[in-house]
Amino acid sequence: MAVSPFACTSPDDEKAMLASIGAKTFDDLFAHIPAEFQSNDFNLPEGLSEMEMMQHIRAVARKNSSDLTNFCGAGFYDHFIPAAVNSLTSRGEFFTAYTPYQPEAAQGTLQAMFEYQTAIARLTNMEVSNSSLYDGGTALFEGMMMALRITKRNRVLVDEGVSPIYRTMLRSYTRNLKIEYREVSMSGGVADRAAFAKQLDSTVGAVLLQNPNFFGCLDDLTDLIAQTHSAGAIAVVSAYPISLGIVKTPGEMDADIVTGDGQSLGLPLSFGGPYLGFMATKKKYVRNMPGRIVGATKDGQGRRGFVLTLQAREQHIRREKAASNICTNMQLCALRSVVYLSLLGKHGFADVARQCMDRAGYAWTRLKSIKGVEPLYDRPFFNEFALKLPKDAGEVVSDLISEGIAAGFPAGRYYTGMENVLLCAFTEKRTKMEIDILAAKLESVL
Amino acid sequence: MKLIYEISSKGRGGVRIPEDRISEHDIISENLLRATPAELPEVSESEVVRHYTKLSRRNYSVDTHFYPLGSCTMKHNPRACEAAASLPDLCETHPLWPQLRHGGLLTQGSLQILYSLERMLSEITGLAEFTLQPMAGSHGELTAVMMMAAYHRDRGNKKTHIIIPDSAHGTNPASAALGGYAVVTIPSDASGDMDIELFKKALNNETAGVMLTLPSTLGVFNPRVKEIIKAVHEVDGLMYYDGANFNAIMGRIKPGELGFDLCHLNLHKSFSTPHGGGGPGTGPVGVCEKLRPYLPISRVAKTKDGTYTLDYDFPKSIGYIAPFYGNFAILVRAYAYLLMLGRDGLRATSDRAVLNANYVQEKLRPYFAAVTKGRCMHECVFSGKTLGEGVHTLDLAKALLDRGYHAPTIYFPLNVPEAIMIEPTETETRETLDAFCKDMIEIFELSKTDPDAVHAAPVTTPVGRLDEVAAAKNMELVYQAP
Repeated sequence: MAVSPFACTSPDDEKAMLASIGAKTFDDLFAHIPAEFQSNDFNLPEGLSEMEMMQHIRAVARKNSSDLTNFCGAGFYDHFIPAAVNSLTSRGEFFTAYTPYQPEAAQGTLQAMFEYQTAIARLTNMEVSNSSLYDGGTALFEGMMMALRITKRNRVLVDEGVSPIYRTMLRSYTRNLKIEYREVSMSGGVADRAAFAKQLDSTVGAVLLQNPNFFGCLDDLTDLIAQTHSAGAIAVVSAYPISLGIVKTPGEMDADIVTGDGQSLGLPLSFGGPYLGFMATKKKYVRNMPGRIVGATKDGQGRRGFVLTLQAREQHIRREKAASNICTNMQLCALRSVVYLSLLGKHGFADVARQCMDRAGYAWTRLKSIKGVEPLYDRPFFNEFALKLPKDAGEVVSDLISEGIAAGFPAGRYYTGMENVLLCAFTEKRTKMEIDILAAKLESVL
Repeated sequence: MKLIYEISSKGRGGVRIPEDRISEHDIISENLLRATPAELPEVSESEVVRHYTKLSRRNYSVDTHFYPLGSCTMKHNPRACEAAASLPDLCETHPLWPQLRHGGLLTQGSLQILYSLERMLSEITGLAEFTLQPMAGSHGELTAVMMMAAYHRDRGNKKTHIIIPDSAHGTNPASAALGGYAVVTIPSDASGDMDIELFKKALNNETAGVMLTLPSTLGVFNPRVKEIIKAVHEVDGLMYYDGANFNAIMGRIKPGELGFDLCHLNLHKSFSTPHGGGGPGTGPVGVCEKLRPYLPISRVAKTKDGTYTLDYDFPKSIGYIAPFYGNFAILVRAYAYLLMLGRDGLRATSDRAVLNANYVQEKLRPYFAAVTKGRCMHECVFSGKTLGEGVHTLDLAKALLDRGYHAPTIYFPLNVPEAIMIEPTETETRETLDAFCKDMIEIFELSKTDPDAVHAAPVTTPVGRLDEVAAAKNMELVYQAP
């Protein structure tokens, strides 16, 4: 008889159990399903032992080259992850639990979520946070939908500095909805105030911005957000959480909704996921926020405990009228973030941000001094900036890959007329020597 | 227990970050900096480790407790899958590398895994092609609804609504709405299946499709499914298979062969990737041949020379629904799991999941009102109406916590009063199932003889029943330092 490698019943158990329910064989359990519904034709390999499986996956994994020196960011960054993050979050009590439907049996998960919400609120300078969404792109979409629910309007203005990876997602998601989605060109590397002023009228419900933007440029969005508010619209700002260790926060600029990807907070790049989307807002908008939210309360004896709260917003109660279709959050990833933030702490976290900025600052001086290389925008940046090269940036990247360097991301992949633009990112992991080598190699191929 | 913020002490620090400076670049101007540092905790590494270790012990989990949470398939998570997903060659690759010129060569291993998993899922479900991008089951549903919309737009069909039975998960109607469709809800008949007469009345030329969970959330396989599919196809509607309960039929039934056009699978259920305390999930979507052009981009392809590449040139595609290729590290786990199961293990797994559920159903049938007279599939659903007077399903759930079990799913599906939904999964021993049933029966009897004892539960958990009304009223959602 076929064996299920992880099932726990012995052949004798199975015989007795089948008999106890009046069946002789496993096929009897499916006898009520018409035979013509069943298939015997599964073209799959024979099962492997654990050892064989690991040998196979190791061999496949070795076809990757993970030891490149990486200067490619574009919203997803190679940060250092302290060992305790993996060690704590790989505890089975955390990762083999599920959604805390029974709060008395899930105080570990619930309290960690409450601590995560607190950390996100403090990073962004916002009043409340949910307990995470899928990723930065879907979080921005959810932020946009939330803004439209609040304002009961249907027009959206999106700055072109918002990640093009996210904008392609927004375009897909808005296609079937009664939403007028419009992108606004940048001016000099930041959001174009005049263009926004022209288009911001009483039909606009949401203004979507990003800081630092896709080109790494920093901006103080306070004026644009004030302008958004005077048109009666909601300002949604997508942020890079590590930058919040040092740069002016969306909360300080009076943003209404802050979203972003939490990948940089202790999550490996892992070829694209799982990551986590975060979302924070003002308290007055919390009932319009999607996703799970944890709140503090007390038990009968007055002991503090935590529960999922404000559930009347959610799909399992509201069904097609829910704030979102989202069910699960990214709990384990959110746990990684709060452990990461706790390990670094108030000062360590700011230090990481400063280190990133320091590395980028050094590289800026070094790279723009290469003959033929110019900054695309001469604006303040955090850890990433765009350079105009004398030749196709895609070609340059391709040349340097064979030297073991991912030199950056060619902006021409998403922006027309930017074929020569290279976007370079720097984290605390990049050393002076690596940056010097990047500069030398870059010089040699130009 | 204290919060991490409450054990913070000024000047304490955790992980050290190098302090060297290599830049002479001017620090950015004051107006671009935050005014004060974020108030993160100031704690040592040992405090962080002890704090989160203690927190973990305040959880019930599959590793520590029987967790028969219906519809969630809380099976054991094999550690080999964790080991596979943790290989540095897989964790440390940047998702944008394959989008660089010649960068695809850097990530051949990752692309091969995606391609192989897609092929395996297609074979298991009998569908033509899969996208692995959706980041949760509900995200898969939305992706599928978007493909339905693209198909109908392309065909010039005027479609306004999607039909969904009332026993469906709440994500079905919510996803349909987010895809731009109205929702028509069909009540269940006495056997728990979608009422076929009411369904036929609701079906018309404006029906974009039907979302069906099979077996249904009552754990019952609808024998008339082919009749439903035929009727839907007659109005050029599309049949969507919600794979929430796929653990019941793996290796036996291919939704594609039944005639379903689209389907999502929850890898965190049937394919054993960890639930993580509530995510990350992953909800790949498969489609039949005629819907292939609408799949999201990018798509992984195998070239003639045997290398793997990403394709973007699909003008009818719904576009991008995720930043990259899905929750890759979760996909690796599912791939590892499927490699170990193999063809025969797949069927053997579902066989045992269904056996365990029927075993529990028959043991409890004399005490609780089972919703089905006959066989169940991978889960069994009861009503707690037979409990002692004034004792509710919620009380039973709490009493189970005291006896060392996570509670079953309760009050779902919505069409069963006082619902108790038990999904044992295949990774439990007969002894565990026996002990659980014995405790269920004891609580049942206690509810008649001493209802107060059941009302008082739980008493052994870190906290007792929590005041959810106060939580919603007070809205204390972040910690405020005193």
